[in-house]
Amino acid sequence: MSKEWPLWEVFIRGQHGLNHRHVGSLHAPDAEMAINNARDVYTRRNEGVSIWVVPSAAITASSPSDKGPLFEPANSKVYRHPTFYDIPDEVGHM
Amino acid sequence: MYAQLVSTEGLKKPEDMTPAERAFQERIDRNEKIEPKEWMPEGYRKTLIRQIGQHAHSEIVGQLPEGNWISRAPTLERKAILLAKVQDEAGHGLYLYCAAETLGVSRDELMELLHKGKMKYSSIFNYPTLTWADMGAVGWLVDGAAIMNQVPLQRTSFGPYSRAMIRICKEESFHQRQGYAIMMKMAAGTPEQKRMAQDALNRLWYPSLMMFGPSDKDSVHSAQSMAWKIKMNTNDELRQKFVDQTVPQAKYLGLTVPDPELKWNEEKGGHDFSEPDWSEFFDVIAGNGPCNKDRLGARVKAWDDGAWFRDGLVAHAEKAAARRAPVAAE
Amino acid sequence: MPSLPDMNTPDVAELAREAAAHSHATEIPTPDAGQDAFFEVLLRLGDATLILGHRVSEWCGHSPALEEDIALANVALDLIGQTQMWLGLAGEVEGKGRSADDLAYLRDAWDFRNLLLVERPNGDFGHTLMRQFLFDAWHFELLKALQGSSDPRVAEIAAKAAKEVAYHLERSSDLVIRLGDGTGESRRRMQDALDALWAYTGEMFLADEKDVAVAAAGIAPNPRDLEAAWDATVRDVLTEATLAIPESGFAHKGGKRGVHTEHLGYILAEMQFLQRAYPGASW
Repeated sequence: MSKEWPLWEVFIRGQHGLNHRHVGSLHAPDAEMAINNARDVYTRRNEGVSIWVVPSAAITASSPSDKGPLFEPANSKVYRHPTFYDIPDEVGHM
Repeated sequence: MYAQLVSTEGLKKPEDMTPAERAFQERIDRNEKIEPKEWMPEGYRKTLIRQIGQHAHSEIVGQLPEGNWISRAPTLERKAILLAKVQDEAGHGLYLYCAAETLGVSRDELMELLHKGKMKYSSIFNYPTLTWADMGAVGWLVDGAAIMNQVPLQRTSFGPYSRAMIRICKEESFHQRQGYAIMMKMAAGTPEQKRMAQDALNRLWYPSLMMFGPSDKDSVHSAQSMAWKIKMNTNDELRQKFVDQTVPQAKYLGLTVPDPELKWNEEKGGHDFSEPDWSEFFDVIAGNGPCNKDRLGARVKAWDDGAWFRDGLVAHAEKAAARRAPVAAE
Repeated sequence: MPSLPDMNTPDVAELAREAAAHSHATEIPTPDAGQDAFFEVLLRLGDATLILGHRVSEWCGHSPALEEDIALANVALDLIGQTQMWLGLAGEVEGKGRSADDLAYLRDAWDFRNLLLVERPNGDFGHTLMRQFLFDAWHFELLKALQGSSDPRVAEIAAKAAKEVAYHLERSSDLVIRLGDGTGESRRRMQDALDALWAYTGEMFLADEKDVAVAAAGIAPNPRDLEAAWDATVRDVLTEATLAIPESGFAHKGGKRGVHTEHLGYILAEMQFLQRAYPGASW
């Protein structure tokens, strides 16, 4: 079997100025072609205005056993969530 | 379905599980998503590779029967719609291969297994598309049947598979509709077009029912997959749902479902219908469908003929990287 | 077998030179004689995108990699969309009530006006990419000029198409460079493709009386004026691709006037099958 094209992770920033978001992966021989392929594969419906690609092998992920300590502290900060606040109905939509 | 007859190990009882397996099952029962680098039973990983791989193969082999009509589409608009749809299927294959790759198998390895006949794809794509009405019927029935399965799979326990399914379902929303739109045109068209539409329904009805696979209500393999939430419904449940959804649609078109036994059963709140000929199904799965050789042959040819292209691009990327790399100090 | 005169006389080269020096070829009427120049030029645009879009779409499901399959389908979809616009306008300009579909599906080969280049068979993937590159480099310059058309409808279509084609050119030139400067085999295949297709590029820059008339009205550029920019692009890319540019200046021609290769008839037989077999049906 010949050498396989490496795998890339694709991040796209949409039309509305939000952050780049991971949309999926694809194969390409190098970064430039990965960008072109990402345009063809992941923006077929005009989804994006800016594309990042990262070699999948370069991603460092939090280890699953850290899941508790890394994320649970945020769970206690309920005041970060809009539903924490009781707003009277009379005020209308907020 | 797109992954029919995925073999698995039998269902494990809680008392036979190791502590790790029990903790894993509890996570699934709490609807937690399992992510690639997390611990998982080997059976879960293997079953998923087979299932996602089959699903991916079905998408790319599924390009062929519809691709067969791109060059003969009757108007510029139909040509564009059909091409966009078949292109989407390539995209769906791509997403699914990527999901499978997170489990430690590469896309090229999966391709090789397909090409050597060691992995399957859905039986439906071994049937020919003979008239333009088949483009309508494939969208309406085959995509319709696939959607039945894919919508619940958005909730599957494996994170990358679930995310791929969400994207696929979103993109596929137009596929079934464009098929039905073709059927509406044909059914309301000239007598010849109407005949074509009825003929397409006649030929594709039972193969569509076969897509869900044989009855598995007593299968321990399916029970394990359902416990792991990589299979969300039994084959019979989905088949029943498909029939109940499709029969009124056929009626609206003025077409007759080719099943004299088909009738509404008030008591069960669903239709009674005839089972497909399962011996035909097993023949097709065994490689004896009308198009097995052509379909696999086309995939192998595309892959083999393209080897120089893939290798050429790798060689260039390596040369370019070497040119960019700083020259080593003397 | 009837005996044939010997073509291979030792003097054949000398005789050809002599004949060329005194050449006054008789003008043979062509199928386009007498058609309106603006209509004709729109057909040349729309037929080129139609036939190339058709050829490129033949790859769907058969490309060497999924990413390429998807990318090529995007190119074909753009070309089909452009066809709808150009042939739609052609029908409007003609004023006989013919739609883009009527023009695409109900004309015979001799009424098509596309360049011969686009009807060449796909060959291997390298052949397809080289054809695409040679075409894109021309298409890009053409659309750039058409955006300044005195006819606002033409300028509007060109502006939309130019954005798509800029990307087609970026992609095809990138792939030509990579494959030319790839492995020994990829280089050989790209060189073979270039050698086979080169003689079909000269037709892009031929200007007949219709081109001249439409250029004089400011509707479209004179094809001759596109050659220098095309040549610069093509030479840059092929040089970077380490490919040898063929020296022959010979050009096949006839497509723009309705005199095609044998391939077009088969393309149309396939493409028009349903419209021909079931006349008047709605799809």
